[in-house]
Amino acid sequence: MTGDAMNPLLEVRDLYVRFGAKEVVRSVTFSIAAGEKLALVGESGSGKTITALSLLRLAGEAKISGQAMLRGRDLLSLSEREMRGIRGGEIAMVFQEPMTALNPLMTIGQQIAEILELKKALTPAQSAQAAIELLAKTGIPEPERRANSFPHQLSGGQRQRAMIAMALASEPALLLADEPTTALDVTLRGQILDLLSELQRKGNAGEGMAVLLITHDLNLVRRFADRVAVMEQGELVEQGSVAEVFRAPQHAYTQRLIASQPRRDVLEADPPAGADPVVQAKDLRVVYPTPLPGIRGWFKKGEFVAVQGATLQLLPGRTLGVVGESGSGKSTLAQAILGLLPYGGELAVAGQGWQQPATRNTPANQRLRRQVQVVFQDPFSSLSPRLTVEEIVGEGLKVHEPALDMAARRVRVEAALAEVGLSEAQFPGLLARYPHEFSGGQRQRLAVARALIVQPRVLVLDEPTSALDVTIQQQVLGLLQRLQRDKGLSYLLITHDVDVIRAMAHEVLVMKDGALLESGPVHQVLDAPQHPYTQRLVAAASVPELTGAD
Amino acid sequence: MSSLTKPPVSASPASLSPSRRAWLRFKRNRLGYWSLLIFCALVLVSLCAELVSNDRPLIVRYEGQTYFPMLKDYPEKTFGGDFETPADYLDPFIRERITGGGNWALYTLNPYGPNTLNYFAKAPNPSAPTRDNWLGTDDRGRDLLAQLIYGFRVSVLFALALTVTGVLLGVITGAIQGFFGGKTDLAFQRFIEIWGSMPELYLLIIFSAVFAPSISLLLILLSLFGWMGLSDYVRAEFLRNRQLDYVKAARALGVGNAQIIWRHILPNSLTPVVTFLPFRMSAAILALTSLDFLGLGVPPGTPSLGELLSQGKNSIDAWWISLSTFGVLVVTLLLLTFMGDALRDALDPRKADK
Repeated sequence: MTGDAMNPLLEVRDLYVRFGAKEVVRSVTFSIAAGEKLALVGESGSGKTITALSLLRLAGEAKISGQAMLRGRDLLSLSEREMRGIRGGEIAMVFQEPMTALNPLMTIGQQIAEILELKKALTPAQSAQAAIELLAKTGIPEPERRANSFPHQLSGGQRQRAMIAMALASEPALLLADEPTTALDVTLRGQILDLLSELQRKGNAGEGMAVLLITHDLNLVRRFADRVAVMEQGELVEQGSVAEVFRAPQHAYTQRLIASQPRRDVLEADPPAGADPVVQAKDLRVVYPTPLPGIRGWFKKGEFVAVQGATLQLLPGRTLGVVGESGSGKSTLAQAILGLLPYGGELAVAGQGWQQPATRNTPANQRLRRQVQVVFQDPFSSLSPRLTVEEIVGEGLKVHEPALDMAARRVRVEAALAEVGLSEAQFPGLLARYPHEFSGGQRQRLAVARALIVQPRVLVLDEPTSALDVTIQQQVLGLLQRLQRDKGLSYLLITHDVDVIRAMAHEVLVMKDGALLESGPVHQVLDAPQHPYTQRLVAAASVPELTGAD
Repeated sequence: MSSLTKPPVSASPASLSPSRRAWLRFKRNRLGYWSLLIFCALVLVSLCAELVSNDRPLIVRYEGQTYFPMLKDYPEKTFGGDFETPADYLDPFIRERITGGGNWALYTLNPYGPNTLNYFAKAPNPSAPTRDNWLGTDDRGRDLLAQLIYGFRVSVLFALALTVTGVLLGVITGAIQGFFGGKTDLAFQRFIEIWGSMPELYLLIIFSAVFAPSISLLLILLSLFGWMGLSDYVRAEFLRNRQLDYVKAARALGVGNAQIIWRHILPNSLTPVVTFLPFRMSAAILALTSLDFLGLGVPPGTPSLGELLSQGKNSIDAWWISLSTFGVLVVTLLLLTFMGDALRDALDPRKADK
């Protein structure tokens, strides 16, 4: 809290970053005191990552102007040689995706030792030992063994710990952490954040280490930071202590950001008794063939059980949330229900099972496909970049109502687009546009329109908002809620985000490693979780009470 | 809810398709764009080679009557000669008859065909460039410029045909492997390994000994071996694209395999194919030239750049033969390479359009 009063460690004044004629960062001014935790918050494209990178002058071809004083030296006017001393020395960085930030051909130990040899002039033997100590400090079990592991042999959380160990190797005064937990599962996020907090407190040589956390996740900010700086479209619109900013945000954008927690706005009334479930599964089992090693693999295939004993029921007009970490089998479950994978056990969509093999487009399966449609996570890979909006949205009609002529199809396409809030008035020539012209949220609307045009009863939503910014996420969830109310759609909502489940779902399933751990009404599961894993999941997603002081 | 979504202001109401944008990027590359224009112009000229370089005049006006020697053979007697044989318009006597007095004749720019032997040449064969033969003649007395024009045409048409068959075969096989994967892919990959290890050159030699050499035989043989490199790229693109969400979404809609391949995966898998087109063209031209040089290529009598190069090698003093043939080859290959570079940049997803 006293950061400004003390002599700041890093003081950034009037930072401008330009790519060609485009200004991506405008007049950004902030400071970090030694041992302080500052969070830089903003949505994608707000310029927060490029701000951090330009402090290290790693922003590629960007033109940077302004001042960034680190202990009296201006980072932006140092020679490239001096800069190399600073990078990985006084300022270290932790990246979002440890898998791509670590060299896949070197062991973790070697990568940490390399820095120690460079920055602290240790002998190879000393640095190998020090690398193990650093790994132990970040809480990796069996650090001696792990030091000899390659990045792909570690789990995601361990990789991120190894990245942090690397960053700490040079005992930096300032750690830049760029979305350090975004690529991790929810339950790991808290752990990594706690680790960062702990290391920050211990710091080096008695003085705490300053951390600049770059994130879009407001929950992380509340848990971690002392102060917060909010960026919007390249400008710093507000900064202050976390408690103050969250209690009384001044700038309109900050207010919108803070108010963008998913809101629950669904029909709570129980469906009429005796309503037939639109999706019903009993002991559903999905396996993937895996290659066996050696000569056995020539004749036989092993199997990997992705989903085991899944029993679920989805009633009309309701939402069944499936929550779990990556690799828990939730997306596989969705694909089985969509009839895209062979499965064992019982499954009925609208009272009918898929005719095996489900991947074949027999007439019976085609009728079922109309009933259940899907919206995927990544709005960029879910629309073919070489088809126009009309072709993308109209595709379902071509398959299921081939009798429609061009004009009739166009009317239906326009209606479907209007339903998801896209209109010709907003986008002149909407039907002839290509997906690259739309933002993530708009693309997701297009994906919803493509699914809705065949008038399905069930929509499988596979992480529909996790690739979107928080304010956009709220809009898309709002759209889905409205469509459910208006059309009585049933949703199978797959997500790792407990907040989204809380806002959308009526019933919840918790999955881990292909198995169902817990299921029940949303309030029961989230408010009084029974299984220890569910408890961890819910705890990791909960927002700490604001105490005002650290 | 939608009050927050501001409509983006777009410069033009009409949206540009990805291929159209790539074309605009290509056009911005001056070198590549001009190479394309020049290359197309050269191909067009060579396609009308008969109107540019021919031993017969385009039109003859002789004693009040109009003749079209290109379309019809006229005996020499028509123009006051002594024989029933077709007129030789390079004969100074005939020339004088049809251009003297009130008669006139419109000759082509270069008055020689690819196989015209000038029996009335003033210099011995091979002759250095003269007023009559701008680039000189080869060792049989044929005009070099005419040979180059016709040889260029044969090379380019052959390369186009070879590229088209190679691309078709490569895309089809690559698509089958990549889309179906699994056992199909495994079997096809082994087949390619076996097929690819066949000694192509020996096969060509054997076949040229067994069959009468012809351009179509050459085309078939080279096509049989020319598709494998491309098929690997297309296979990799298909393997990547078939598991993208838009393909899954199409499956969930019940779109059939053929439609998924044709509408969804294929258009998004063609980038390496298009990028390689100019390079494949230049490789095909080079292949034909080197086979001709070795004497395994087109049948004798067909104008060919490789055959000219081999003549240049045999009569090394006749510098005009090797130098001008070399020049034509260099210009052709350079133009294709510039086009290829520009195309590669235009299709590079990392380069944003400004």
